[in-house]
Amino acid sequence: MHFDLSVVIDSLPYLLQGSAATAVIVCCAMAIGLVIGVVMAVGMVYGPRPVALLLSSYVWFFRGFPVLVLLFLFYFGLFTFLGLNVSALTAVTLVLGMTTGAYQANIFKGAMLSMPKGQYKAARALGMTQTQAIYCIILPQILRMSIPAWSNEYSIILKDSALAFVIGAPEIMARTQFVASRTYQHLPLYITAGLIYFVLTWAGVLLLEKLYRKVRIPGYSQDGFGQ
Amino acid sequence: MELSPFYQELLPSLNRGLIMTIALIVPSALGGVFIGIVAGTLRAYGNRITRSIGNFYAALFRGTPLVVQLFVLYFGLPNIGLYLSPYMAAVIGFILCSGAYQSEYIRGALLSIKRGQYHGAQALGFSFFQTIFWIIIPQAVRKAIHGCGNEIIYLIKYSSLAYIVTVMELTGEGKTIATEYFRFTEVFMIIGLYYLALVSCAVFILKRIENKLYIPGFGYNR
Amino acid sequence: MSNALSILRISNLKKSYGKNTILHGATLSLHQGEIIVLIGPSGGGKSTLLQCINCLAMPEEGEIFLHDNRVDLQSAGELNELRQKVGMIFQDFNLFDHLTAVDNITVALRKVKKMSKKDALCRARRELDQVGLSDKASLYPAQLSGGQKQRVAIARALAMDPEVLLLDEPTSALDPELVGEVISVIKQLAGNGMTMIMATHQMSLISTLADRILFMENGSIVEQGTPQELLSSDMVSKTRGFCERLNEISPEDL
Repeated sequence: MHFDLSVVIDSLPYLLQGSAATAVIVCCAMAIGLVIGVVMAVGMVYGPRPVALLLSSYVWFFRGFPVLVLLFLFYFGLFTFLGLNVSALTAVTLVLGMTTGAYQANIFKGAMLSMPKGQYKAARALGMTQTQAIYCIILPQILRMSIPAWSNEYSIILKDSALAFVIGAPEIMARTQFVASRTYQHLPLYITAGLIYFVLTWAGVLLLEKLYRKVRIPGYSQDGFGQ
Repeated sequence: MELSPFYQELLPSLNRGLIMTIALIVPSALGGVFIGIVAGTLRAYGNRITRSIGNFYAALFRGTPLVVQLFVLYFGLPNIGLYLSPYMAAVIGFILCSGAYQSEYIRGALLSIKRGQYHGAQALGFSFFQTIFWIIIPQAVRKAIHGCGNEIIYLIKYSSLAYIVTVMELTGEGKTIATEYFRFTEVFMIIGLYYLALVSCAVFILKRIENKLYIPGFGYNR
Repeated sequence: MSNALSILRISNLKKSYGKNTILHGATLSLHQGEIIVLIGPSGGGKSTLLQCINCLAMPEEGEIFLHDNRVDLQSAGELNELRQKVGMIFQDFNLFDHLTAVDNITVALRKVKKMSKKDALCRARRELDQVGLSDKASLYPAQLSGGQKQRVAIARALAMDPEVLLLDEPTSALDPELVGEVISVIKQLAGNGMTMIMATHQMSLISTLADRILFMENGSIVEQGTPQELLSSDMVSKTRGFCERLNEISPEDL
């Protein structure tokens, strides 16, 4: 029972390099999720019934499975089964992207349904096509409205990305585990890892809150940030 | 119908894992709600000191991944001479983490009760405890239940992380067999369905409770 | 107006929030069946005065007498007793959102007055009937209109058998077309001899019900007297000026 803080200091640069991998995973996953989420939300709300049903079952699937199980399923199972040779990093990014896509689809769907019907009607009355109405009138409002929920999603995905080490992606956790297994300084090292995640989480949330305030339209404050 | 040896081995061990998973979820959910109520109340009504302690606790556990918390408990604490069994480490980690999220919903519910409700009760001669018991709690429960239920659903799925600290629950049992037979797609698909079933059960029960408690004006958002 | 008959007397009540003094020593006494109307610009301290009378806002100084017995403001028990005898109607109703109309009334009867469920229910139905809402008994606040909510709030206060009723702008949160139903309930109360202190901007209540008008400004009672004294045309008073301005806004109320 001895603390060797010099291990923490020595390995800090190595651990911080892991946060680059974490950042790549999270940013790419959020971007994939945004695209999937927006397209699916439009499909679920405005699409024909069979399409809506298909998309809902996608959401149901990804929301019902634990992330850990999805990682194993895709990395060891489906990707190999499909003959895809993907790196652990790519696999994590794709799985997290698809998962957050399902959650984001629900966020955007909820926002769309909460929009007054008049907005869509007024757009059509001015001669816009359905697509124009959705992309020029509905979406700009939806996206603003969804930033708080989106920031919540960011913090979830960031924390989920810490599971990437189970399939060997070289992010913060994997590197921490590597150092810990060689130095036996588990406690200080994992606390350090926790602090890195803590900073990344709240920095991202604060940044998104800033963005939210910046793009907010006066007199148009739906549900704001929690705290 | 005769099952192949693979399934003869898979299903009993998954069922064993399911029991362990439930044994993880139930105390964690109860403990999480309890901690959530205590921390949420302190954060909403406490004085400056208890409020900042509560806020710090919630920010800390909401700002770090659950895996890291589990690693600190299971691999880290032995550094200072504290040894927890895998099961204890998992349950304590789940309770602390889930309590932080629950406190968020409890705090929100308490703060959303309008000042007028207290005034109304006082003006009728209710004592402090009568006000809390008959007016505040019934309203807070209804406002918090949807969020707290969602949190329990998350907990069910994140209970799979117990596998990482070597608790042999659903995911752990499955992973062993999948590696043995090298049949990952099938095994993890089936494990996923087990979780899906657990989640669906929980959703069903929570929905029934919500409907039972439903009162006009206390709609759940979403 | 002898003191012997006064049911409620307050003396030199003071209240401040931080450095802002909201109430500079208010004194008044109220006898059986009297109706006092508080008027004056908003922020003048009317609400604070009413809330100090039943100690929802705890006054820093001053005394409150119920039937010439001094109320010990430090004692929680005496305060709850005072509040049972002094009912209050709020501007924004403050119905309990999780209880039906009838349960809003029974909850206090059962928990505070310890009545049996059956007696409480019976009493509550009678009170709802009085305000013309017996058919809305099982609806929740979210399902009632503003006027109906305020009538339930009045029924709830009356069920406690208060000796005095405090009304804090009972009609100002209501849509114009709903004001009438609440006014008629208040007039009915006055007809039954209820003792009241009421803050209001409704000219029809001021001119027809007030036994005495108190004009409050900057936390002090600056004028008081009967409506005849304060509103007569040969009198130059702040009250008259204020009421004339109210009339310009809604002349049909006179």
